[in-house]
Amino acid sequence: MSIDPAALTIAGALEGLAKKDYTSVELTNACIEAMRAAKPLNVMITETPDRALEMAAAADARRGKGEAGLLDGIPLGIKDLFCTEGVLTTAASHILDGFHPAYESTATARLWQAGAVMLGKLNLDEFAMGSSNETSYYGPAVNPWQTKDGPKLVPGGSSGGSAAAVAAGFVLGATGTDTGGSIRQPAALCGITGIKPTYGRVSRWGIVAFASSLDQAGPMARTVRDSALMLQAMAGFDPKDSTSVNEPVPDYCAHLEAGVKGLRIGIPREYRMDGMDPEITALWEKGMAWLKDVGAEIVDIHLPNTHYALPAYYIVAPAEASSNLARYDGVRYGLRVPGKDLIEMYENTRGEGFGREVQRRIMIGTYVLSAGYYDAYYTKAQKVRSLIKRDFDQAFQRVDAILTPTAPNAAFPIGMTHDDPVTMYLNDVFTVPVNLAGLPGMSVPAGLNSAGLPLGLQLIGKPFDEATLLRAGRALEKAADFRAKPAQWWRS
Amino acid sequence: MSLDRDAVAKIARLARLRMEPDRLEGMTAELNRILSFVEELQAVNTDNIPPMTSVMPMKLRQREDMVNDGGKPEAVLKNAPQRQGDFYTVPKVVE
Repeated sequence: MSIDPAALTIAGALEGLAKKDYTSVELTNACIEAMRAAKPLNVMITETPDRALEMAAAADARRGKGEAGLLDGIPLGIKDLFCTEGVLTTAASHILDGFHPAYESTATARLWQAGAVMLGKLNLDEFAMGSSNETSYYGPAVNPWQTKDGPKLVPGGSSGGSAAAVAAGFVLGATGTDTGGSIRQPAALCGITGIKPTYGRVSRWGIVAFASSLDQAGPMARTVRDSALMLQAMAGFDPKDSTSVNEPVPDYCAHLEAGVKGLRIGIPREYRMDGMDPEITALWEKGMAWLKDVGAEIVDIHLPNTHYALPAYYIVAPAEASSNLARYDGVRYGLRVPGKDLIEMYENTRGEGFGREVQRRIMIGTYVLSAGYYDAYYTKAQKVRSLIKRDFDQAFQRVDAILTPTAPNAAFPIGMTHDDPVTMYLNDVFTVPVNLAGLPGMSVPAGLNSAGLPLGLQLIGKPFDEATLLRAGRALEKAADFRAKPAQWWRS
Repeated sequence: MSLDRDAVAKIARLARLRMEPDRLEGMTAELNRILSFVEELQAVNTDNIPPMTSVMPMKLRQREDMVNDGGKPEAVLKNAPQRQGDFYTVPKVVE
């Protein structure tokens, strides 16, 4: 039979595999064919079809013996920020040229443990620094969604390749990482679902570090249930990550259909910003009405320090990045550009190996951490971060989850925002506070704008309460009934 | 606070980034744009507010002080741009 992977969900494919409608090898071959057809989207940095077929055959063998795991035989894409043993891992940076890790990240190892199949490594903003996938050394990934006869659009970022691959339909799910919105914003711009779990829920071990106190890996998929299944496999304690939290992982699918009757959903008034796109405001109000209709109580809440989240983020994140990226010195792995002495070799390697946005952030980070400026910038930002966290703590005494837009705009044309770094930073205005406070957040596709492009709504949950978040996300998904799919223009 | 070209050149040196003179001008403008954006934090009253040190209230775990991995020189050196035997090599440091 012919399989259209774009029409499948993970949950649906697991059923198809269980009923022997098709094998994982057949499903994986269909995905590989669709991946090859999607080359114009520039979504893959490395394709691993041979490994995928080996993994699929092993999955079929396990299923034959009745030993199928949670995701057995499901083809996934992996953001190229996760180290994969023996497979080129680039972080979309020139400086990691030729890097083949000798180890596997814990998050991906858990997915393989559950039986998932790796189709390849997905494009992203260089070192996950960006909101459009345009800072990639391998060129921008393209959003499968397009306006009629319009220019090519960005898929968002930094997990732009992940979101585009899921939306284009040749992977059933993908991993992403989220430091300031890098899972949720591209999920919204590509019409898919994405979860940033609570800080500490998914191990960071083996993931190329950007800002260690903000980074968190999570799933990106077509439905809330698919995201829950992937999170189930990825989450859990890992002694190799010192910030991994040793809390039991609940069954995320158990109460998915329980609805939101009696749940209190907070609406932060500070998220109504001046000059906000009226279509985003209208969708947000629709979201409130949907949840109210199915029994949630809508509560007005106050997050007074919201306005300071982005500036605090653009001190803390570059500071941590400049420290984390100090390791790229041309000595142990990746690119080396010769110099007449050791220092010049470092400078040449880093000057040539890092792209413009990464260099900007290293420079800002180096400056705010330098002697004489540390307190004025870094300590100040960490104090503001305490205030932002306190805002959320107080709000969560009154509500069970918070509803906001995911991004201030729909997908925009490639090349639009190059001149001003700060314009790009504004993409993350609704997502950054969640990372600063370490909370779980998810984006659910909720509708199309007047140009026919997808928009998402964000739900924010209490720490380690992904179960309630998913339950509310499922209620939102049901009410929005988002079924639109991009036309497969890249196949013609 | 605003940075001039010399300050930016010094930061580039601290960050070990080679920056051609023709790039310094643009970088100075970009950094000043970002610094003026984060400047508004100075308006926030943070008296008696402790800086955040941990996202989740937790103590960092400690482990036994013992070797639990290692003895894999080939795996460690596999990605080295240049090596000699079991050593990374770099340009001469000591005359």
